[in-house]
Amino acid sequence: MAKTVDARGLSCPQPVIMTLDAIKKGGGEEILVLVDNDTAKENVARALRSRGWQVVSIEEKEGTYEIAGRRG
Amino acid sequence: MKQIKNIFAGTWGIVAVGVVIGCLAPLLQLWGNPGNMGVCVACFERDIAGGLGLHRAAVVQYIRPEIIGFVLGSLLAALLFREFRPRVGSATIVRFFLGVFAMIGALVFLGCPWRAALRLAGGDGNAIPGLLGLVAGIWIGTFFLRNGYNLGRTQRTHGAAGLMMPLFMAALLVLLLLFPQIPGQDKNELLFYSVKGPGSQHAPLFVSLAVGLLIGFVAQRSRFCTMGAIRDLLLFRQTHLLSGFLALIVTAFVFNFLVGQFKPGFEGQPVAHTMHLWNFAGMALSGLAYCLAGGCPGRQLFLAGEGDGDAAVFVLGMIIGAAFGHNFGLASSPAGLGPYGIPAVVVGLVFCLFVGFTMREKTV
Repeated sequence: MAKTVDARGLSCPQPVIMTLDAIKKGGGEEILVLVDNDTAKENVARALRSRGWQVVSIEEKEGTYEIAGRRG
Repeated sequence: MKQIKNIFAGTWGIVAVGVVIGCLAPLLQLWGNPGNMGVCVACFERDIAGGLGLHRAAVVQYIRPEIIGFVLGSLLAALLFREFRPRVGSATIVRFFLGVFAMIGALVFLGCPWRAALRLAGGDGNAIPGLLGLVAGIWIGTFFLRNGYNLGRTQRTHGAAGLMMPLFMAALLVLLLLFPQIPGQDKNELLFYSVKGPGSQHAPLFVSLAVGLLIGFVAQRSRFCTMGAIRDLLLFRQTHLLSGFLALIVTAFVFNFLVGQFKPGFEGQPVAHTMHLWNFAGMALSGLAYCLAGGCPGRQLFLAGEGDGDAAVFVLGMIIGAAFGHNFGLASSPAGLGPYGIPAVVVGLVFCLFVGFTMREKTV
């Protein structure tokens, strides 16, 4: 089960801070980040990649983006 | 991944936007805008406050079409790319006062981060303490961000609610068209116009509007933000947004140099003063306020265009802040500081520190 970060309703930098905190603290191999604006979607994906993670998929469901990441 | 690929989201995209702004801003100066003020969001919102008569500083009164274009261009891009997301409710009143003090800091320095960059690119050495102050203010802001500072989540709202700022801007445009300046007069039935000073210097209305629309469009796509540029570097060691900001400065410098607008020095620079400490402190106040509010003045306009009601209130805060700034003698002029500029900066810094220390994740 991937760790989930719910950053809906938040604008940057908070979603990125929460994502980086989660991958720093958690020992998991997978992460799921929920955001609801396009800037946060791009920034979270960029932040994951910059920390050596893969962005596996980004899916939109009713205005929420689900960004699935995996440790690279 | 079914999203439409955003060509502006990559490094070259943001650099291209910096280059576009770096060309257009000095061009606007050639076409009539004030010196080193091709585009200045703070100055232009201050001019709008004057055009509406919210303050009576006779030299800075004009409804600047660039600002209208920024919001409407961003709206257009957001609608076209399905990114219009009406949202409100993240400590809105706090954002209003952050806007007020951001403007007061900007008026002590005499410019927003965009203008600080353009002043540097035009050879104005006084921009250096200003830019250092901007970095210092944002650095303080990142301390709060690291410690859980957060204004809380937004809520989705009605589409019409997200249109409030674009509608306000459209209304300003209608007023500007219906009530143009009577040559040589400082007021018509409704609007105030400067007959001398920076407010009287402007590119033709439709040129300003077109440039504003273009910048608003590409800035919405690229998420261009001068505060974010410095914040992301300090907070995450990320240089994405910074590459856009640097592209703006370098392009504007080259452009100014080529057309003879580069005049290095400290004394006698257009709409600038030489009090380095207060150039620094004014921008530090602004930088901290932008950081706590999540965007530079330009970015707040672009966010307001894509439906962010909180950013819209920050913009209104800046416009009202400009009215306070000129009505209460807080704003600087080329002659130096306003009589109450120093206490205003101190009060603003105390306010921002209060917000930063008290509004943490745990307290929401």
